[in-house]
Amino acid sequence: MRKRMQCKSNNHGKGGATMKNIIINTGNYSAAKAAVMAKPDVVAAYPITPQTTLVESIANYIASGEYKGEYICVESEHSAMSACIGASATGVRTFTATSSHGLLHMHEMLHWAALARLPVIMCNINRVIGPGWNIWADENDSISQRDTGWIQFYCSSNQEIFDTVIQAFKLGEHKDVALPVMINYNAFILSHTSMPAEIPSQKEIDDYLGKYQPLWRIDPENPVTFGNIIMPADYEKVRRAMQYAHENAKRLIPEIAQDWKKKFGRFNGNLIEKYRCEDAEVILLAMGAIAAESKVSIDNLRKEGYKIGLARVRTFRPFPAEEIVKLAKKTELIVIDRNISCGYEGALFTEVKSALYNKSDAKVSGFIAGLGGKDVTYNHIEDMCKKAIKGKLKETVWYGFEEVKK
Amino acid sequence: MSKKYNVVTSISYPKEGAMGKTGSWRVFKPIFSKDKCVKCLRCWIFCPEGAVKKNKDGSVSIDMDYCKGCGICANVCNVKAIIMEREEQQ
Repeated sequence: MRKRMQCKSNNHGKGGATMKNIIINTGNYSAAKAAVMAKPDVVAAYPITPQTTLVESIANYIASGEYKGEYICVESEHSAMSACIGASATGVRTFTATSSHGLLHMHEMLHWAALARLPVIMCNINRVIGPGWNIWADENDSISQRDTGWIQFYCSSNQEIFDTVIQAFKLGEHKDVALPVMINYNAFILSHTSMPAEIPSQKEIDDYLGKYQPLWRIDPENPVTFGNIIMPADYEKVRRAMQYAHENAKRLIPEIAQDWKKKFGRFNGNLIEKYRCEDAEVILLAMGAIAAESKVSIDNLRKEGYKIGLARVRTFRPFPAEEIVKLAKKTELIVIDRNISCGYEGALFTEVKSALYNKSDAKVSGFIAGLGGKDVTYNHIEDMCKKAIKGKLKETVWYGFEEVKK
Repeated sequence: MSKKYNVVTSISYPKEGAMGKTGSWRVFKPIFSKDKCVKCLRCWIFCPEGAVKKNKDGSVSIDMDYCKGCGICANVCNVKAIIMEREEQQ
């Protein structure tokens, strides 16, 4: 862990704000701080481990008077998302957070928020689906919500969580996107681990975000019917428009992050974060905490003479297919998934191979690792990389079920 | 007419008689007595079809092109200014 924090992933302290306010706190606290600084008019949430401290923090900000939004205590996650949708439909900014079974309980309303083009912003702390009951890190919860139309980010540090939550409001509320955004990060490894994060001033955030201008809203002065029956040809237009919005998001995510960098000096923003990829012959692809840990493995493997780099996939939807094709021009790829689509393989592995279809014949190896919160250390990742480089892996390998090299 | 929004999702805008004139299959019709009406607007609020119109002077009139003859207006009227009568055979 300590080693990971020393990675040179961000350009801390270059330009931007004159007075730096750096906090050392957990991922959940960074997310809560970002959420209240975006000043959502409505937060509706139901507590679930490991998200609980996030929504408790927001409740504390209300109790202390620092945050003046409406906090709706609901009886379930389905209601939390419904309340956010209802609030968002009146044209105000909304935020919620959940995890695991809570996210699954929202499932129907996740589709609703996206099809209604309402930019509800939500943190999801990636946690195992039961049974067996388990509260640790696993990405199967959000992966299973892939097709809901939500934009999905996967973060790797508390600073990135803070920056991405604020940027998510900017992105989701953009008129060319108008989609809900899910910011995912691993249970405990990020949600409950303290790391430094630089927090801009409230005025800077206010200036950056501006006022939310909804594309449509419920308005007694302008009565319309929403969610009414529409004929097949029109429904297809709604889906197509969502697809275009995702394509716009692909363009806007780096643009918004560039704008953020100009103001705050840090860049957390591309669809893929590349680490030592310049002359790489092998590129490792992973998401979330495993990807952060991988930077240490890449450094170690480089020392041993392997020409290897890391491509950390930040956005699972929209999927950065074009960038992956570019990466695979001269390299072979290794994919580590902290999820499994049972009956096939890891979700990222599938998506990467699908992106390459007809465009590259690069060798791709896939590993399943760290399900149920099983620890994936930089040693394990190095071992996986070596196995993939040496071997001719024909199918997904479940790491740790063979003999683990120490 | 409502302002149109520039977004592709399922929104419909109110329009008079989009499905044509729908009052033709009435069995009962409301008979409105202006003398008894106290302009309380309960009929205007309760009419499920928007067929009770509010006039500028606060009085009401019934749009028979869209009235289905359900009788809710007569039922909620506290001063019996609306009564229901069977439609004659046409």
